[in-house]
Amino acid sequence: MAHTKKVALALAFGLAAAGVTGAALAQDMRIGLQEDPDVLDPDQSRTFVGRIVYASLCDKLVDITPDLEIVPQLATGWEWSDDGLSLTMTLREGVVFHDGTPFNAEAVAANIDRSQNLPESRRKSELSSITGVEVVDEYTIRFSLDAPDATLLAQLADRAGMMISPTAAEAAGTDFGLNPVCSGPFSFVERIQQDRIVLQAFPDYWNADAINIDSVTFLPIPDTTVRLANLRAGDLDMLERLAATDVASVMADEDLTIEQAVSLGYQGITINVANGAGADNPLGQDARIRQALSLSIDRNVINQVVFEGAFAPGNQPFPPTSPWYNDAYPVPERDVEAARALLAEAGFADGITITVQVANNPVQTQLMQVVQAMASEAGITIELEAKEFATLLADQSAGDYQASQVGWSGRVDPDGNIHQFMTTGGGINDSGYSNEEVDRLLNEARTSTDLEVRRASYNAARDILIEDLPIIYLYHVTWIWALDDSVQGFVPYPDGMIRLEGVSIAE
Amino acid sequence: MLAFIGRRLLIAIPTIILISIFVFTLQKLLPGDPILVMAGEERDPEVIAFLREKYRLNDPVIVQYFAWIGAALQGDLGISLRTNQPVLELIAEKLPVTIQLATMALVIAMVIGIPAGVLSAYKKGTWIDWVANVVALSGLSVPNFWLGIMMILLVSVQLGWLPASGYQPFSDDPLQSIKTMLMPAFVLGTAIAATLMRHTRSAMLSVLKSDYIRTARAKGLSERIVLVKHALRNALVPIVTVTTLLFGELLAGAVLTEQIFTIPGFGKLVVDAVFNRDYAVVQGIVLCTGVAFIFMNLLADVAYRVLNPRMRDQ
Repeated sequence: MAHTKKVALALAFGLAAAGVTGAALAQDMRIGLQEDPDVLDPDQSRTFVGRIVYASLCDKLVDITPDLEIVPQLATGWEWSDDGLSLTMTLREGVVFHDGTPFNAEAVAANIDRSQNLPESRRKSELSSITGVEVVDEYTIRFSLDAPDATLLAQLADRAGMMISPTAAEAAGTDFGLNPVCSGPFSFVERIQQDRIVLQAFPDYWNADAINIDSVTFLPIPDTTVRLANLRAGDLDMLERLAATDVASVMADEDLTIEQAVSLGYQGITINVANGAGADNPLGQDARIRQALSLSIDRNVINQVVFEGAFAPGNQPFPPTSPWYNDAYPVPERDVEAARALLAEAGFADGITITVQVANNPVQTQLMQVVQAMASEAGITIELEAKEFATLLADQSAGDYQASQVGWSGRVDPDGNIHQFMTTGGGINDSGYSNEEVDRLLNEARTSTDLEVRRASYNAARDILIEDLPIIYLYHVTWIWALDDSVQGFVPYPDGMIRLEGVSIAE
Repeated sequence: MLAFIGRRLLIAIPTIILISIFVFTLQKLLPGDPILVMAGEERDPEVIAFLREKYRLNDPVIVQYFAWIGAALQGDLGISLRTNQPVLELIAEKLPVTIQLATMALVIAMVIGIPAGVLSAYKKGTWIDWVANVVALSGLSVPNFWLGIMMILLVSVQLGWLPASGYQPFSDDPLQSIKTMLMPAFVLGTAIAATLMRHTRSAMLSVLKSDYIRTARAKGLSERIVLVKHALRNALVPIVTVTTLLFGELLAGAVLTEQIFTIPGFGKLVVDAVFNRDYAVVQGIVLCTGVAFIFMNLLADVAYRVLNPRMRDQ
């Protein structure tokens, strides 16, 4: 009997405790993610979804606006030397990392050093133009460059510019990601693999006034239906990457709201033009066949059929909403006759068969089936090879493919969407494309800090690439967030991040 | 007895070695390069070269195997390529979650399956038997993932009774833990309940025909006593055997259920690890499962000998 009483008492206490926690959690923001992030070390991490967590955890030297302008974050100002070979940054004073370590020029130097020299670092190529770091005074740092690098500021607005506590980094080494210490609005509390990542508001944050939430819990829920069900059931406050096919039903739900932004990336068909023996076929050798394929596709229909009109049709590495989009080449209309004429000119009046590999998920498969149906009307028979993504990537990198349906998540600076793909020997130039003039133009665009010079170079490169078509661009993903209508102040950004400054949950 | 156990342990060694070789080589046969996945979108060649070196992927497969098994023998299963967490720690973290799910599902299966089986055997040929059979058959045929999503939409979204997905450790908040686990356990349990019901029914049918049941009735005992005390108790032996066997099936079914309900258990761990080509995690899990299985078999064999003296001489 006494035992039963004890149990009852314990249960009552448990319930009371649960009740109290429930009240305290009123300002907890629960965010549903599509995947479980990888290691939480800005130098070692590589996933898009990881960056969403960093947006709350780690501040960067600079940030972007929704219009992609670079604005101060930990650096309050910066100046380029006239020759573009040195960048001097003034740092914010009074900033501390979550472990109390002060943020200053020494800390920046240590961070750049780690990004460049930690063997496991994935940031090396992003910071390769920096050849020297000079601590001018406590709050001034100067980077010396081997050549002008117009992309550097945009790199510093992402993982390469994230500042982690040098004390914690020194102590933890490569295990830093198990207990990350940065200087962002929220500090790390705990992570349970594949279940949750919990952060709590950092009281000493330099911009603490803009933070209205006490804690954030990120919950990876890969299934889009289940993720939305959680939001509808009130178990989430918001989710990222709502399925395009669910937009209409969420809009009809008066308890939910939707926010959208066209992403910086693209999806398309990469064609093997000179990457090993896989390029040895008419599609790889004759640009007219690639043009015919592009002309046979109705990009608007793809968007309507596969994505319910939620995404943005495209034909360039930058979306039509981007300041870098070349208006001289609008998204083309479908022209089956012209496609047939080009095929006939190339000697395939009776049609041609090509093989395209595609990731074996339902959306990409449906996309390619629509393309397949359209191309067949122009005399192009597409044989689809569905592969699991890791295999698709390995085959593509090895040149063991004819054409591949893939995409790119996009970068703030236009260089990130084109240089590595189109220059000779570029790190991710899987099509094997090589053209001296394109190399020259893209290198020029990379080194000039004059926007007009850069724009002219990209446009000139586009004149060539639109003819050669090593990549047939199809569409640009739109980031879609679904929110409970109690969540206020969320601003959508084209980089797909969730910035919690100014966001609040109404009672 | 000790000699028997010793002999069995000796036989277990080559089996474990075989399992380890299988896991290791099968993984290497999977197409797709883990380093390309790990290097990220940019695929920096310098990073790729470093990672290949770090994870010994340039070494011959045999050298890689001995390096891995050597460390494993000392209790080091390596670290997850994706998150840097030690594999052993991951397994220790995930196993209790799946065990809780499987146990709850088993309880649900027994609560539904055994009474349904008893009832349908007792009312054989009537509409009750017929309904129980149809329900059992649908329990077996309806796919877990469909039932799971339908239940989330009904119970969580429409009615708001239970959380839609996720997990709460039992030690943190037992009530919430049971609430979050109830729906997945039900989905997993229904399929097992169907099997259990069919077995209970046939065991009960054969018992109900036996002479001692007729005798019990002739003595004038109430039907309830005849059914529960005389029939069910004797029918339980095969039912218990089947239930034990079903526990393995539950662990396998947990893989899918954990995916649907986003439960961070063993099944979700292994599926995600395969897709991410997280070699160390996959190897560690399969090795641990294999060793556990061998150990369970050994325990079962010992138990038979303890319970049944006639088997001791063999």
